[in-house]
Amino acid sequence: MSNPNGRDILLDCRDVSLTFGSVRALVDVSLTARRGEITALVGDNGAGKSTLVRCVSGIHRPDSGRILFDGEETAFHSPEDARDAGIETVHQNLALVEDLTVWQNLFLNREIVRRFGPVALLDRRAMQARAKRMVSALAVNVPEVRSRVRRLSGGQRQAVAICRATGFSSKLVIMDEPTAALGVQETARVEELIVRLRDEGHAVLLISHNFAQVMRLSQQVWVMRAGRRVGGRRTADTTGEEIVGLITGAIEN
Amino acid sequence: MSVAARLKDPAFWAEWAALAGLIALVIVFQALNPTFLSPGNIASMLVAAAILIILAVGQTFVIATAGIDLSIASVMTMGAVAFGLSYTAGWGLGPACLLAVAAAGVAGAVNGMIIAWGKIADFIVTLGMLSAASGLALILADGKPVTIVDPVLLRLSTGGFGIFGWTFLIALAVAVIAHVALFRTRFGTHLLATGGAPESAAAMGISTRRIKIAVYSISGALAGLGAILLVARVGAAEPASNTSFLLNSVAAVVLGGVSLFGGRGTIVGPVIGALLLTALVNGLTLLGVAQFYQPLAVGIVVVLAALMTRFQK
Ligand SMILES: Nc1ncnc2c1ncn2[C@@H]1O[C@H](COP(=O)(O)OP(=O)(O)O)[C@@H](O)[C@H]1O
Ligand SMILES: [Mg+2]
Repeated sequence: MSNPNGRDILLDCRDVSLTFGSVRALVDVSLTARRGEITALVGDNGAGKSTLVRCVSGIHRPDSGRILFDGEETAFHSPEDARDAGIETVHQNLALVEDLTVWQNLFLNREIVRRFGPVALLDRRAMQARAKRMVSALAVNVPEVRSRVRRLSGGQRQAVAICRATGFSSKLVIMDEPTAALGVQETARVEELIVRLRDEGHAVLLISHNFAQVMRLSQQVWVMRAGRRVGGRRTADTTGEEIVGLITGAIEN
Repeated sequence: MSVAARLKDPAFWAEWAALAGLIALVIVFQALNPTFLSPGNIASMLVAAAILIILAVGQTFVIATAGIDLSIASVMTMGAVAFGLSYTAGWGLGPACLLAVAAAGVAGAVNGMIIAWGKIADFIVTLGMLSAASGLALILADGKPVTIVDPVLLRLSTGGFGIFGWTFLIALAVAVIAHVALFRTRFGTHLLATGGAPESAAAMGISTRRIKIAVYSISGALAGLGAILLVARVGAAEPASNTSFLLNSVAAVVLGGVSLFGGRGTIVGPVIGALLLTALVNGLTLLGVAQFYQPLAVGIVVVLAALMTRFQK
């Protein structure tokens, strides 16, 4: 399934480093993610997974190292650049605006407008209709698209963030612990969605603490510990125990 | 929710505090002095409210991003002086108006750029601008007012359509445009997102800096528009400080139920808040209450309104 000469590589991080004051959050991290694959990224809390995600999605700029996307060197100055390049992200904190409605959050910075001469007004009806279709495909307990996010349950919020990341055409979908707040049924739906994204040819970068999920869904696993990438395995060639050993440091790569 | 349930909900009253307060004031003042609701007095109240409405709209944009513009009234003063100087230098009415708006808009943009790029607290930056703009006004005007006699300005301040003076209609137009901008454009959505959850807004690719610079520029430009109406009303461009306009603009926004923490607000609310404050001062004057009591009354009303917003969800 995988292409050994690497032509399928969509995301290629090379020696990415980032420090916050005295905290070395990322130290020479290199990893890749391929089209048509689910790439898992695992590691203990504080290992640097979210920080790497935030570098790829344009929130942080690495101190050093390169991030290649779709064969080209990137220099994202903002998340807008990353989104324009085709990277959508479900952030660990979900990045929702509580005082805005579900549909406003889904279309945040991707609003549909209608032009009237020099002014462009929001096409609220079109966005609400599309939002309804987007959330009904995923959520078990479908939130009303006109309700404010403030009134949603944790699972509903996560569903909204996931719908937003998957609802727009993108090449890479990053999910930072997307099923953390979800029940069994909702988790199953999200997993179906992740598989569907892969089958449609997207690359998916999945961060998860759920080993069963990682083993079930992914084709490649990268392991981080204390800001470093300490291992990488084809999922088919490894076991849950080996991954745990890499995470804890019991196994050196 | 049923009407009865709504009326029992404190959050409902917090949201509509300004309207409830305005209605209560109107009833009380009308009972005490029947001329209060005479067409003549209504007309003069609406005209008196015009400048405050315009400033409150500007302040609303800023406060909705969780900021505050303490320089709004001194920037208006500076705009008035810029207007007076250019008008007396023979620029003509149109160019003088443009200069007033542009000068005040630039002052606002400077506020916004320092806040956005310098990452300095908004109240410090705009407090500095408060001093700088009023100082500049004094320097430029050499401390003296300039009398402006212009037939168009005179008609602007005295004429109108029925009980609606031109200046009130201008303020109303500003409010309508602001409402559309806030709730029917991408800019408005991004503004509310910036105020409510700046990190989330940034993660979605919204330039929160650009939004900050925009709202302070708008606030400045509206202060410039207020300056023109002020000159028209007073008949002179004065370098006098207009502190009460600053306090009342913030008060109108608070009365209007706009969250000082940003991310939430309306335009209707602050407009009603501005009308309430104007009606309060007008009513007290009609009742013969000495002018010195008016700031006290305004202060009490504003603190009461702020207390009510605690009930907001
Ligand atoms: N904005 C930040 N400022 C300072 N330190 C940070 C920041 N973001 C993350 N860190 C630190 O970087 C390290 C990695 O954090 P994170 O990437 O969130 O780990 P993970 O997602 O793997 O749990 C932690 O020590 C964390 O405290
Ligand atoms: Mg994390």
